[in-house]
Amino acid sequence: METELVYAATGIALTALGLYALIVRRHMIRRLLAVNIMGAGVFTLFVSLAADVPNGVDPVPQAMVLTGIVVAVSATALGLVLIRRIYASTGSTRLAEEASILDALEGEER
Amino acid sequence: MTPVPWLSAVVLVPLAGALLAGVVSAKRATVVGLCASLATFATCGGLLWRLWSQGPQTEPVGGWSAPLGIELYADGFSALMLAMVALVAIFVSLFSAGYFRGGGSRRTDRHEGFFWSLWLVVWASLNGIFVSGDLFNLYVCMELMGLGSVALIALAGPIALRAAMRYLLVTISGSLLYLLGVALVYGGWGRLDLVILGDVMEATWASEVALAMMTVGLVLKTALVPLHFWLPAAHANAPAPVSAVLSALVVKASFFILVRLWIDVFGVLDTERASMGLATLGAIAIFWGSIQALRQQRLKMLVAYSTVAQIGYLFVAFLPAATVAGAEVAWHGAAYFAIAHGCAKGAMFLSAGAIAARVGSDRFADLRAKGGKIAFPLFTFAVAGIGLMGLPPSGGYTAKWLLLTAAARAEQPLVAIVVTVGGLLAALYVFKVIYYAFAHRRVEPDEQPEASAEIPHVMNWAAFLLALVSVGLGLWSAVPVALLDVGLPFGAPLGVGLKP
Repeated sequence: METELVYAATGIALTALGLYALIVRRHMIRRLLAVNIMGAGVFTLFVSLAADVPNGVDPVPQAMVLTGIVVAVSATALGLVLIRRIYASTGSTRLAEEASILDALEGEER
Repeated sequence: MTPVPWLSAVVLVPLAGALLAGVVSAKRATVVGLCASLATFATCGGLLWRLWSQGPQTEPVGGWSAPLGIELYADGFSALMLAMVALVAIFVSLFSAGYFRGGGSRRTDRHEGFFWSLWLVVWASLNGIFVSGDLFNLYVCMELMGLGSVALIALAGPIALRAAMRYLLVTISGSLLYLLGVALVYGGWGRLDLVILGDVMEATWASEVALAMMTVGLVLKTALVPLHFWLPAAHANAPAPVSAVLSALVVKASFFILVRLWIDVFGVLDTERASMGLATLGAIAIFWGSIQALRQQRLKMLVAYSTVAQIGYLFVAFLPAATVAGAEVAWHGAAYFAIAHGCAKGAMFLSAGAIAARVGSDRFADLRAKGGKIAFPLFTFAVAGIGLMGLPPSGGYTAKWLLLTAAARAEQPLVAIVVTVGGLLAALYVFKVIYYAFAHRRVEPDEQPEASAEIPHVMNWAAFLLALVSVGLGLWSAVPVALLDVGLPFGAPLGVGLKP
């Protein structure tokens, strides 16, 4: 039981770290990485929460996490292509000139 | 003869169309795309007929039942959303056929091939969300829809890339928050099936945290103020048919999941304070979105901010829905609002796209110079505006009337005031656009933006017919409401005295 708790706590910590970085970072690749770290945290938590069954390991969460990883890989690939295109057309690595998502609330006039 | 598996068909038919449109040459993609759209429309009709005649449907895909396999489920709420999506989608497809054939400038053949594939994938995942019976399937369909939408926005070229990137980050992080909730639910109850979960769910800290995480994730994807920051740029800079799809359909899908979770899965939880919070944000959204819409200098930005405002109504309904007296009417009102807004906003973005294609820009300053030449799409915009303002006899009127009834039953006068004032604000920004039909002035030739000579008639007509549908939803509202009550998704049918 303790092992699972360690994994679960790690998962929650990773998710929180990823979410924090997504909000405060400005570089687009850092933000994409932040989403990936968040994903890793959620997957870890998912697997650890479902490990607690009498006869070995529950296969359903493993299958679901595998699907989640496939989705995350495709999303990352799409994100990287977009970042390259944005860099090619504007020379900037930032989503906008605002400091964070919170400042973006006012920055949508264009 | 085995019965037709309609539930999986509404997902598989557009998916097959998407694959086919992706492999044929770009010139044939339009034909394939239109045929696939018609086939999907017909399949949705088949499923609706089955639901209408036999009640709610369940289908274990490939013969594998839950929890190992995927079980699809459809009731009246799914049916209504499927029907709305099919109606809007068929007009979007017709519009696109014209848009990529000369109506939208600077489009290449390659874009056209991509558009049809991606659009059909998004349609398939929308349908998938509406017929999903378990939490994880909802996640997968939601991600598919998000990735497809991001790619569709990016088709508009460099101006839309940043909006697409921001939308990508928003849609993945929203889905991950949702998945976090799914993990907690699975860890606690070991099930994913919506109906079974609803029976075994208990009010513990785990279920409360799970609901909170899923709600935040879905609210982010539905763009409720203050999490709307990504919506205006993404919806306004996308190609015209894509704007219509995003604003009319994609935001409704995450709202659909949210309502499903609140009613079917987490019904036992005490959600009164959370409803209060969501409804307050909804009210702020109505005012903030409308004021921002009035301040915009571009037509498509105005329509996008109008979506921010209209999403507010969907959440204002949560307040009467938390009471015993108002719950059924409030959920009916919210569902009806979702389909009425879907049709009206779809027509609005299509007509805005037709105007922008004819004028060569969607800035109000340029519209003034061309007032007379865009009379037909402006008329369409006005007809769709009737639905947005909630004037009788439109679908928006029926929806707002249901919301007002719910507010009266729950004895919440503030809700009624917000709903009414929101309609007035909508009238202001709709009239700001219609004004340009009468305010055209003579301008110097060099002042004029570069305009395409003519746009295909199919663009104008697709937008106009969809606007007529949004009005028709008010004239013949008894049929959709009866369809909504198949399987009683909201606990009880709409009372006899309340039937529109």
